[in-house]
Amino acid sequence: MAELAVDSSNEQSIARIEASGMHYQEINEKVRSLIEQGYLRIVLEGVNGQRYIGDGLTSNVDIVVNGVPGNDLGAFMNGPNIFVNDNAQDAVGNTMNAGKIVIRGHAGDVIGYGMRGGKIFVSGDVGYRVGIHMKSYADQIPVIVSGGRAGDFFGEYMAGGILVLLGIGYENKEVVGTYVGTGMHGGTMYIRGDLKDWQLGREVRVFSIDDEDKGVLLALMEEFSDDTTVDVGNLEISDFLKLKPFSHRPYGDLYVY
Amino acid sequence: MMPNNFVPSEFIVNVDHQRCRRCKRCILNCGFGVFDFQNMTTADSSKCVACHRCVIFCPEEAITITRNPLAFKEHASWDVRLRKAIWKQAQTPGMILTGMGNELPWLNIFDHLLIDACQVTNPSIDPLREPMELRTYLGRKPEKVSVSNSNDGFEIETPVENNIKIDIPIIFSGMSYGSISLNAQRALAIAAERLGTLMNTGEGGLHNELYPYANNIIVQCASGRFGVHTEYLNAGVAVEIKIGQGAKPGIGGHLPGEKIEREISGTRMIPVGTDAISPAPHHDIYSIEDLRQLIYALKEATGYKPVSVKIATVHNVAAIASGIARAGADIIYLDGFRGGTGASPAIVRDHVGIPIEIAIAVVDKQLRKEGIRNLVSIVAAGGIRQAADVAKAIALGADAVGIGTAALIALGCRLCQKCYTGNCSWGIATQRPELTGRLDPDWGAERLVNLVNSWATELKEILGALGVNAIESLRGNRERLRALGLDSTTMEILDVKPAGR
Repeated sequence: MAELAVDSSNEQSIARIEASGMHYQEINEKVRSLIEQGYLRIVLEGVNGQRYIGDGLTSNVDIVVNGVPGNDLGAFMNGPNIFVNDNAQDAVGNTMNAGKIVIRGHAGDVIGYGMRGGKIFVSGDVGYRVGIHMKSYADQIPVIVSGGRAGDFFGEYMAGGILVLLGIGYENKEVVGTYVGTGMHGGTMYIRGDLKDWQLGREVRVFSIDDEDKGVLLALMEEFSDDTTVDVGNLEISDFLKLKPFSHRPYGDLYVY
Repeated sequence: MMPNNFVPSEFIVNVDHQRCRRCKRCILNCGFGVFDFQNMTTADSSKCVACHRCVIFCPEEAITITRNPLAFKEHASWDVRLRKAIWKQAQTPGMILTGMGNELPWLNIFDHLLIDACQVTNPSIDPLREPMELRTYLGRKPEKVSVSNSNDGFEIETPVENNIKIDIPIIFSGMSYGSISLNAQRALAIAAERLGTLMNTGEGGLHNELYPYANNIIVQCASGRFGVHTEYLNAGVAVEIKIGQGAKPGIGGHLPGEKIEREISGTRMIPVGTDAISPAPHHDIYSIEDLRQLIYALKEATGYKPVSVKIATVHNVAAIASGIARAGADIIYLDGFRGGTGASPAIVRDHVGIPIEIAIAVVDKQLRKEGIRNLVSIVAAGGIRQAADVAKAIALGADAVGIGTAALIALGCRLCQKCYTGNCSWGIATQRPELTGRLDPDWGAERLVNLVNSWATELKEILGALGVNAIESLRGNRERLRALGLDSTTMEILDVKPAGR
């Protein structure tokens, strides 16, 4: 896995933090202070499970994480780009508002919970409960793309945004668990692979891909490939299924007055 | 032909045509469309919810509303309420939706607790002459405080975490923009600022116009994460993770798409017309460890502002509260089973949870037993109706109380329990512009300030009678309470002696 290229023409704006053994509070304090000093790119070396990296940051800084970051990477984040040259753990991009998180590896459960904007690209697999309650608002459309497979409850309660599962390496295998899109009432999922009825939540319906979808998918796949170095050249758009909800009001008839 | 509706009108609206001057104010004022005009004012009683808006605004006092005297055959087991519910559900399948707090006549423990007073041997204090301290600090307190002498007297050496100063141990409970109108929230925010206390956004985000009041606002982060972004999280003095609500423990919420108009859509950050669905659990919280993760994610995002965790009071509340304290929360907000709501299935509201009085007592006792009471402040809510309840809640162990229903009643609410219809004629639980415009925020704030100041005066009077000069001396002081008409097990749980002992 190649390390992310660093633009050497602008070396002054790059800062490095040796994060090995450092408490997350100290890492975040250092990161915030470096941003204030005007650094545009911060490289964290030796990260090993520290939580909350990039939590609540509002800036356009690039953060490169070498090592495995802990839970809640980029939680409540509003702007930065985080590149992880390894796997990530749970709750990446929790309630994230803007920015981008690129994981060159696998990621754990609850990725992008309540996410409202920005992009999360995971080159490999993602765990359970990914993209739960993602929502879009105005011109903010959150996107999660996973190169591999996902566990159960993919896109549960999804209210907006785009979830893409490329299923690379899982050809003719199940690319997603069960309860896909349960309670979904907005947004779109694109899944490359076969879906059985029993895998789907009651609130979603499967559609075939149209030209507009094709444009969206091609653009996202190209960006995903650029960021993750995953080869998407041989993926056929016609192998994707589109999932949309029946209604914006899935529980409208639940009550009597 | 079979009748569609088996449920007779609950109220009868009567217009005295001798008095009526046909000004049609009633037609304009009724949010439920009861009145019409065909040569004279007519009323469709089946739509009346007894909110009294027409009665109050009729210049001739020509309108009377009475309970429908229609007799039902008495049956102690088959209460009329139950029969009506069956008729409704037989007609349309679904859960019966309701608003406000638990309406069933459960034992109200506050009404069985009596407060002590001083006589002869231990003189009472006159709050009119002597200072009486109601100021309260919400947040984590150090286990012990070490001080050192300095030139100016002394200095506190122990680091003290962020605490929120409130001038009165009464805060306004979380009521979202969506469940209540922006004007109602404005009234709460203005009042909170003037009183030196707090209001709480609920789960609907913070409207731009309320940012100037941020020093008196707690922002909420609930399972739907509506309107939660960095600016919002950093705006208030604290962030509250809402796990549960007293009126609907364990279930989520659905703000129907019809209510998501432009302003609400902007504040909640979801498209117009989409249901705002708050899932029952936070899907990133399946354990105390997960709760700790979110608490610290919020602290990292806000520069370590205090984090409150709001739960509905359920059977195991003491153990849960201990977990919350150990997870790093600064405030535990306990919402009892009488707590209000804008919309809840009646079956859950009326039958799930435990009373706040019991919850305060067991949580306070458990945290003391574990030696971690200092880690958190306890805010008790869900059924605080008067200053006496505030005093009793604090004597049982609460640091402060939250009021929601009482605040809305101050704004004109008649407890008609129809908040979920969005037709509130008082402009409180509605988003219809012609209705919300009726609630003048400054008028509302004035009434809220009057109410809370009245309670503060009453609290001071109670403290004076108890012979103490600070609310701190009453906190957790169950020796100053006695029970009347409670069974021995309940008294043991409350740690309160019977009157006479």
